[in-house]
Amino acid sequence: MTTTTTTPPIAPAPTSALNASRTLATAARVLRQLRHDPRSIALMILVPCVMLFLLRYVFDGSPQTFDNIGASLLGIFPLITMFLVTSIATLRERTSGTLERLLAMPLGKGDLVAGYALAFGTLAIIQSVLATALALWGLGLDVTGSPWLLLLVALLDALLGTALGLFVSAFAASEFQAVQFMPAVIFPQLLLCGLFTPRDNMHPVLEAISDVLPMSYAVDGMNEVLRHTDMTAAFVRDTLIVAGCALLVLGLGAATLRRRTQ
Amino acid sequence: MMNYSSEPPDTPAVHAEGLTVVRGPRTVLRGLDFTVPRGQITGLLGPSGCGKSTLMRSIVGTQAKVTGTLDVLGRPAGHPTLRTRIGYVTQAPSVYDDLTVRQNLDYFAAILAPGHAASERRHSDVTRVIEDVDLTSHADSLAGNLSGGQRSRVSLAVALLGTPELLVLDEPTVGLDPVLRRDLWNLFHDIAAQRGATLLISSHVMDEAERCHRLLLMREGEILADDTPDALRTRTGSETVEDAFLHLVDEAVAAGRKKETTR
Repeated sequence: MTTTTTTPPIAPAPTSALNASRTLATAARVLRQLRHDPRSIALMILVPCVMLFLLRYVFDGSPQTFDNIGASLLGIFPLITMFLVTSIATLRERTSGTLERLLAMPLGKGDLVAGYALAFGTLAIIQSVLATALALWGLGLDVTGSPWLLLLVALLDALLGTALGLFVSAFAASEFQAVQFMPAVIFPQLLLCGLFTPRDNMHPVLEAISDVLPMSYAVDGMNEVLRHTDMTAAFVRDTLIVAGCALLVLGLGAATLRRRTQ
Repeated sequence: MMNYSSEPPDTPAVHAEGLTVVRGPRTVLRGLDFTVPRGQITGLLGPSGCGKSTLMRSIVGTQAKVTGTLDVLGRPAGHPTLRTRIGYVTQAPSVYDDLTVRQNLDYFAAILAPGHAASERRHSDVTRVIEDVDLTSHADSLAGNLSGGQRSRVSLAVALLGTPELLVLDEPTVGLDPVLRRDLWNLFHDIAAQRGATLLISSHVMDEAERCHRLLLMREGEILADDTPDALRTRTGSETVEDAFLHLVDEAVAAGRKKETTR
């Protein structure tokens, strides 16, 4: 054990809200961590495909039902997976002490949040491409609009899932609690998003609630693509709302990261 | 950029006046006044639960509800420009278990010195700190597969990145075998002597106190003594620092009782 003659000290770098190099380094680090865990990657990417496959043959007798539900699910799967993965990953960052260490270093909170969003967004792209391709060409999902628009909504949903997971992890003291947040945050949205019955058939109170839940707009957006050949005004509105919600919640998530803690 | 040369060179590494920290209902640190000189190893000693970790967290700027004066390297603790100048090691190793030793260090180095231009310097920096903590043969092992002592050395290596001016090490030698402990203390002395860095090292093992230049003895959120090991032994007429500490505790307890009875 020796101290070699020292390399010149690294000049202090300024801390800014968002630094591209630090964000990219963080995203690369998160992906590198995942690479050491191939089973998680396989589960994240394959489970949605298996579910779609299953669903197709559950509704073997009525392909019309599969068309209606399949498109919605293409938006919901990435949201749920990314929610789970992000909430656990950031919780681990909080409990392992690495978050405290990073925030004592010149890392901006925005860098960390953006790094996570970037890393999991990349995974979400792979997941969505596979699921969309399987649904459209493998399982014969009948969509009027462009598959690219389906993919766009799926990606925004994944981003929303990442954002919600990051935010919720601040309120979970253990991984056990983090998993329980899934039914608490996701299931109500799932029931009210119009997957099971059109939203205007619900009790007015529930319909009003569903109007403020972001997943409703994710499903509405998917349905627009399902029925129309080109981008409708409703589609643009829906995607903007989902994107806006994702950014808002990402901001809230960043605000839950505190440099000074008790 | 900040102009660091304008800073007076004789400011102490850490200067505290009336430093108080409240955690929940408890006052963990009670109005501490002390100074940590630059370029030396200061040992922070005391029983577990006496507030050592809270004091260290206050110095690196991660502790909430800190009142009083606390200046670190000439700036208020927690100042953003201090983040590259302080290396901090928490008691529990804080590294990513699912990354290799080198990948861990590569990431933290990229946070300290981001950008493509610094990549060569980062690489040599990472290689150097892995050598410093004697983990070269394990550089490509996953941190999660290492022993407890090895993982805490990875955590220490992260703090050595970028040659910080102040190293705050919370019980860095806990659970290490005697040979490693000796080697690490030699490393600490080298860092202080060759780089002129300041080290603040906490421990509850009193025999490590003999290796420090100065000691801060703590008990129940207060500082019992702030002196060199020699002066402490002479003042209390004790053979070892451990005896000196016990002597001072007895004195403090007796003084406390007296105050109660005279009230």
